Amino acid sequence: MSAQTETTTKDAPLHLETATFEGKNKVLGFWLFLGAETVLFACLFGTYLALRHQTLPGQPTGKELFDLNLVALATAFLLTSSLTSVLAMHYMNQQRKGLMQLWLGITVLLGLAFLVLEIYEFVHYVHEGHTFMSSAFGSSFYALVGTHGAHVTFGIVWISTLMLQAARRGITKETAPKLFVSSLYWHFIDVVWVFIFTLVYLLGKVG
Amino acid sequence: MATLLVIIVFALFLTAILTGGYNKKFFARVKDTKVWDWITTVDHKKIGILYFISGIFFFLIGGIEAIFMRLQLAFPDSNLFVGDVFNQLLTMHGTTMIFLAAMPMIFGLMNAVVPLQIGARDVAFPFVNALGFWLFFFGGLLLNLSWIFGGAPDAGWTSYTSLALNNYSPGPGVDYYVLGLQIAGIGTLIGGLNFIATIINMRAPGMSFLRLPMFTWTVFVTSALILFAFPPLTVALLLLMFDRIFGANFFDYAMGGSTVIWEHLFWIFGHPEVYIVILPAFGVMSEVISTFSRKRLFGYTSMVFATVLIGFLGFMVWVHHMFTVGLGPVSNSVFAVATMAIAVPTGIKVFNWLFTMWGGEIRFTTPMLWAVGFIPTFVMGGMTGVMLALPPADYQYQDSYFVVAHFHYVLVGGTVFGLFAGLYYWWPKMFGKMLSERLGKWHFWLFAIGFHLTFFPQHFLGLFGMPRRVFTYHSNLGLDTLNLLSSIGVIGMALGTIILGVAIYRSFLSKEQAPADPWDGRTLEWTIASPPPEYNFAQTPLIRSYDAFWVAKEQKTQIEPAEPLAPIHMPSSSYLPIMMSLGLFIAGFGFITRGIEVSILGVAITLLMMFLRSFEQDHGYHIDPRPIREEKGAKV
Repeated sequence: MSAQTETTTKDAPLHLETATFEGKNKVLGFWLFLGAETVLFACLFGTYLALRHQTLPGQPTGKELFDLNLVALATAFLLTSSLTSVLAMHYMNQQRKGLMQLWLGITVLLGLAFLVLEIYEFVHYVHEGHTFMSSAFGSSFYALVGTHGAHVTFGIVWISTLMLQAARRGITKETAPKLFVSSLYWHFIDVVWVFIFTLVYLLGKVG
Repeated sequence: MATLLVIIVFALFLTAILTGGYNKKFFARVKDTKVWDWITTVDHKKIGILYFISGIFFFLIGGIEAIFMRLQLAFPDSNLFVGDVFNQLLTMHGTTMIFLAAMPMIFGLMNAVVPLQIGARDVAFPFVNALGFWLFFFGGLLLNLSWIFGGAPDAGWTSYTSLALNNYSPGPGVDYYVLGLQIAGIGTLIGGLNFIATIINMRAPGMSFLRLPMFTWTVFVTSALILFAFPPLTVALLLLMFDRIFGANFFDYAMGGSTVIWEHLFWIFGHPEVYIVILPAFGVMSEVISTFSRKRLFGYTSMVFATVLIGFLGFMVWVHHMFTVGLGPVSNSVFAVATMAIAVPTGIKVFNWLFTMWGGEIRFTTPMLWAVGFIPTFVMGGMTGVMLALPPADYQYQDSYFVVAHFHYVLVGGTVFGLFAGLYYWWPKMFGKMLSERLGKWHFWLFAIGFHLTFFPQHFLGLFGMPRRVFTYHSNLGLDTLNLLSSIGVIGMALGTIILGVAIYRSFLSKEQAPADPWDGRTLEWTIASPPPEYNFAQTPLIRSYDAFWVAKEQKTQIEPAEPLAPIHMPSSSYLPIMMSLGLFIAGFGFITRGIEVSILGVAITLLMMFLRSFEQDHGYHIDPRPIREEKGAKV
């Protein structure tokens, strides 16, 4: 009997994140939270779509501003980070802490790379005269893309914190749900970025 | 000013440390007090009481604001509260009553009752529950501090732009509105989320969705509405904050902005909000009418269906608040039809209540009086609602007292009557004391008659052309008598509320303990003591039918337990929720005074507390089942 209570790779539950009742609640609650976040971004998207042509005479429009090469690179970073996050969760459920930490670390680094590109992009825009205060287009652009950027920043801090916890306590029934929901969050901000890429940048280039 | 505040805070910290405030014995003494127990509690029953008491407190503040307005309007050309002061009164009356009185009283009932009705020991996230309460409380506090520091918001509870922008509302009033509601709104949002997760995951074995008591069903749908309706408010308030404090241009027409965006976002939140506050009242009515008619709720499944349909349609009708904006005949027609469609599920509910009473053994206790008074009152509000849903007619009614009469009939005649019914019904379960039936009846009759006297004449005032939100009127326009009558009615509502206060005071003084099942109830909350022990159920019950307790009483059996007696796991209390909320409160003050340093300090406090929470290793504690077993043994 004592052999069964030992946690080995073999007899660990397939989904450690929902192994406890608290874990189940946490995962369900987090899905609900993502539902609310979806509505929040939908409102910001609606506001942006209503105001995206509202520039003052002489100000650069989205078509003139947006550089698809840079944005495509940022997109590649963020989408890849979703893949690495999946790999981290895969190794978490196999109780392989080292590999999990490695992939989580790569996820965070990719997120940071995305953030650096976004900051560079914003600084560039400000020099071109496209600021938060310059027009309704500017306000709605920075509100939408900036809120997403703030989410990425929060995600980076959050995942780093959880890596610290995992390093100290290992992969347990308590840390696993936390790691799992942080990965859900990371996928969510990825999906939002797909919509931003389409509705802000691609649509902006079309005019 | 901002720097000064930061210095003061640090100075206070230093004094506390140097004077021995940072002293273990001192903390031990603090932790023994009752106040510490209440501000750190994560027990849903205590949080319910906190919600309910603060709701009553804000209800009184909002009521006093209403009394001041009716005093001003009692006579023509009066100059008691004119201009800005009147604008502040009407704004704060609406905002307080909706966000700080109705919502917390609903959350109070939800917290006190839902876990008991589904046979759970607590909600899914006890910590988040406490956080939700403290965010609401500090948000409400911030909003009401505006009266003392710099003037209350004065742009109406809808706070339409451009009126709410810096040009037309200088001063901090609207900033208090934006930040107070933002903080309170986050609290409400996480509260709603918590109850969806609770009702999905925490039901006792056998408590399937179609065995849920009606009140729990309405809470479920209301929570879903909260989850999807509050984010638009969050965004609207965020954009208004950006415009007012950070120079953005969302609503500034000269810079390409659009004021209609505010109206859309506000009403995409605002219309579901009215269903958020009315659906739990429907749930209370269903419980009360069924209990006091001694009959199973008529058409239970159709009630569930109607509740879900109302919740769904509630998101499809927001433009009926914007008929006169000029969005065009097609959009107005679509939203008019959708609005009228809501009358169908609502009608189903009204008929089901009537048929539940039909042939039942009706007992006219105080909760039942409120429920029976609710039906015709609410139907009248619903009728004027259908009138207002016709766009051509709405062009005539809009911005007149007819609208004021309509929404007071649904919000007071619906929500407040429902909350009073729930208050009298569940008071013994919440506090372990009965409220006086004699005083309760006085409360009902004074309040109900006063209510109709106040608001019935307002329909005609509106039709005679009296605009809402205007602080006076001239004499001899045919408005004098009706306005005076309307103001006289307020006396009835005020006296009724005072009698409620007396009844509450007496119940606290009384030594007599309420029985576990004072009303011959039907649902699980009546199977346990009043007030319930902190673990609610010694053993989780096994549910075999709708109205399980009633069925067990009919069959002269008891509800079987679903588990053996075992140590009961309880969550530990925590000071982190109040500290997180305090951080956001400080940050809100920072934004209002334009002191960004203070805001950063406040947000830093909140983030630090979140960090502490994340690293906290807290497994709660267990309650030893042995004394419970002895108690049970003693009973047998």
